Amino acid sequence: MSDVLLTVNGQSYSAYAPVGMSLAQLLREELGFTGTKIACNEGHCGACTVQIDGVPVLSCITLAHNVTGEITTIEGLRDHPLIEAFVEADAVQCGFCTPGQVVSAAALVAATPDPTVDQIRHQMAGNICRCGTYPRIEEAIQKWRG
Amino acid sequence: MARLIRTEKEVEGRFEELWLVVEEDPLQQWPAGPQSVVGRPAVRQDAPERARGEARYTADIQLPGMLHTAVLRSPHAHARVKRIDLAPALALPGVRGALGPGEAQGLDEEAGFAGAPVAAVAADTFAQARAALAAIDVEWEQLEVVLDPDDAIARKQFTSDPVEYARGGFEQALAEADVVVEGTYRTAVVLHNSMETHQAVCDWVGDTLNVYISTQYIWGVRDAVAEALGIPGDKVRVVCEFMGGGFGAKNDPGEYTFIAAELAKRTRRPVHCALTRREENTAAGNRNATIQKLTVGARSDGTIVALGGEFTNAVGWSGWSAGTDGPMQMLYACDNVRTIRYGAKINTPPMKAFRAPGFVEGTFGLECLIDELAAKLDMDPLELRRKNYASANDGKPYSSKNLMQCYELAQKHWDRRDEVRARSDDTWKHGVGMASQIWYGGGGPPSYAWTRVTSDGRVSVITAMQDIGTGTRTAMAQIAAEELGVPLDRVEVVLGDSARGPYATLSAGSSTTPSVGPAVRAAAADVKRQIIEIAAQRHDLEERVIDIKDGMVVSADGNLSQPLEELVGLLEDAQILGKGARGPNPTGMSVLTFGVQVVEVAVDVETGEVRVERVAAAHDVGRIINPLGARSQVEGGIIQGIGHTLSEQRLMDMETGRILTTSLDAYRMPTIADVPEIVCEFVDEPDEHLTSLGSKGLGEPPIIPISAAIANAIRDATGADVHELPITREEMLRALREADEKARERQRESIGAR
Ligand code: FES
Ligand code: FES
Repeated sequence: MSDVLLTVNGQSYSAYAPVGMSLAQLLREELGFTGTKIACNEGHCGACTVQIDGVPVLSCITLAHNVTGEITTIEGLRDHPLIEAFVEADAVQCGFCTPGQVVSAAALVAATPDPTVDQIRHQMAGNICRCGTYPRIEEAIQKWRG
Repeated sequence: MARLIRTEKEVEGRFEELWLVVEEDPLQQWPAGPQSVVGRPAVRQDAPERARGEARYTADIQLPGMLHTAVLRSPHAHARVKRIDLAPALALPGVRGALGPGEAQGLDEEAGFAGAPVAAVAADTFAQARAALAAIDVEWEQLEVVLDPDDAIARKQFTSDPVEYARGGFEQALAEADVVVEGTYRTAVVLHNSMETHQAVCDWVGDTLNVYISTQYIWGVRDAVAEALGIPGDKVRVVCEFMGGGFGAKNDPGEYTFIAAELAKRTRRPVHCALTRREENTAAGNRNATIQKLTVGARSDGTIVALGGEFTNAVGWSGWSAGTDGPMQMLYACDNVRTIRYGAKINTPPMKAFRAPGFVEGTFGLECLIDELAAKLDMDPLELRRKNYASANDGKPYSSKNLMQCYELAQKHWDRRDEVRARSDDTWKHGVGMASQIWYGGGGPPSYAWTRVTSDGRVSVITAMQDIGTGTRTAMAQIAAEELGVPLDRVEVVLGDSARGPYATLSAGSSTTPSVGPAVRAAAADVKRQIIEIAAQRHDLEERVIDIKDGMVVSADGNLSQPLEELVGLLEDAQILGKGARGPNPTGMSVLTFGVQVVEVAVDVETGEVRVERVAAAHDVGRIINPLGARSQVEGGIIQGIGHTLSEQRLMDMETGRILTTSLDAYRMPTIADVPEIVCEFVDEPDEHLTSLGSKGLGEPPIIPISAAIANAIRDATGADVHELPITREEMLRALREADEKARERQRESIGAR
């Protein structure tokens, strides 16, 4: 049982995945969704964040075979107003953390369209940005509806 | 005419002389302040693709048949490979190649630190490569380990000779000083931990090696790889369009590149070699620890008369001894200065340049010392700094210096002291501190750019530089748009490929914008001149009455107003090509950046918790090209510096030399929840002596003063002198106890005196 069936961004995929393969690796290497980044591969940085049924999860520590819900990656959020908000607020420096930030933020604003600063800081604290775009991310999320 | 000159080049505080062909750069600087495009906020041109996950980083490259590499690293801090057998690894499924010591640059028989690379395996999958490492049969001979920098210095085990510096007579001036303050300051090893780890993909096509790499210097990689492989430089093509952070750790290729190149050669397949996060934390370079024994002597009116320091850089097995002594020599007017700087060679992972190497550490020591002097003199720390304002750098005039204006901008933040202190209660003490900053950042030659205007009126700027996340791509587009008189969205910048553009400098030392920017402007001016010549002939006008504004070719009398694309549209497939070069820096002048930061903190005196609540920064880096990107640089530097100050620390087992903090939960970098309010201001005054732009770099200055400013705010809040980074709760509580004891002693003395 090495084949997995997944729904990613509204489309279904079947792929070969050896037992033990992470969702991040499957998405990136087998399905070509390289927008999902791997920066630590052990659940400590948030770069690999995707949504499963709208809930942000760390795909690098999620086993591909264990996923049952619908997956949304950054590729499925390309037209989300948050992208424009991140660009306008200058919340993108090197950009390696950014897809993960956007995926986390999209889950936040879906559940809480007008989050307080405390809510933003709570929800986004698992997404590390070494370039230090945090003040800009905070601004982008506050202004995501334009 | 091309003119050959000898000039000086500075990178990260290190100087070298070089020959340079100067193509005269007759452009006048633009007047101070915002122009049509330059000096106005511009969103980054490449931000959408980065945010949408479409930007392809080295980590995302998948080539047909690409192999993956794992690296065998020494478990010992100092050892020699006595015997190694790669055959059992090569026999495993999926393994396509293996290298032992001496078979690629960076793989050495002698391992000088725990984590030093000695062998590598390439396989179809990374899991196979990693599994194969365990099959390598290796016998180690353990060698003597030196981990303590003082021990290394006693044995004269240096990475380079100690550097002594003296001006005036330090001893005598100190003896005559009214007040003397001494202190020993220590800073810990901290790590770059860019989000994209160090990595490269190497692919041979014929006799050309394509290197896709996460780097700050594509030309440096090209030359180093060509040299290592003994092939001409133009047989190495280096590509880095997007990269996930460097901060100084990616200035040179590193063993992963040489390993991938050699394995690709042997297997005739593309090879990817990437460090894991754990390797990143052990072997990819760091900001080394320092020990600084500092002395200041002053007259009772606050005039600093003597400054002395003994600086030890605990460099590691390789790296260089950065200028920790620089701030002491340069920041204040003081006739009598004596410093010595040691670079201790020890069996720890290598030092690599890290955002203002040396000056971050040295400024922490010096600026804490200056505040302790202010406390002893009972003088306002800002007043003390103003009083000792330097008007020249070791006798050399500044190309420009606006630190006094920075102090003026800082004044309103400094004036919040009473209000901030008044927030204190029994547990939380509030205070305000400041620190100043001096650093290089003028860039230098050579760097080149080409421009191309096509008949649809669009402009390409082509230069083989890299944008490491600082926004230089957008700054270059702004400069070209301004010079050419076209809207910003007409200009695209092609970068990141050594085979597709002229040489551009490395992205380190805050040098990209001041180095490449003037070349881009010159290249834009070159095409503009040609377009005006064409317009003059087409419309039978004199060239001097024609200009390009907002994408329109216009004449002074207003009779001509033609869209640029209409004029160049005449040319159909013809293109207008331009080129530009960076000229020399002003001779006999010191090109430096300046700034000051004012920090508000709260300290919980029961638990030792420190919270940074507000940072106000005022920097002088000449003309600001993009205020939006500039603010992000300042915020990013400050946030990284807050990490260095309060939470980041690489821990090592002092018995074995093994690194203990190898993951991102052990090595604690700031999160969004740790960020204070940050206010950012610029003097924004072009440096009239520096290039046609008058701009200096901004990548590094903001991280320099933050640690000292936090420590000084802590003193203001609590009276405690912190002397060590990071300021952990233990260090904070120790400093509080020490301050308590001192206060009690003073009380006893005053009772005794009565
Ligand atoms: S890559 Fe998954 S949390 Fe870091
Ligand atoms: S933008 Fe570089 S890590 Fe976040």
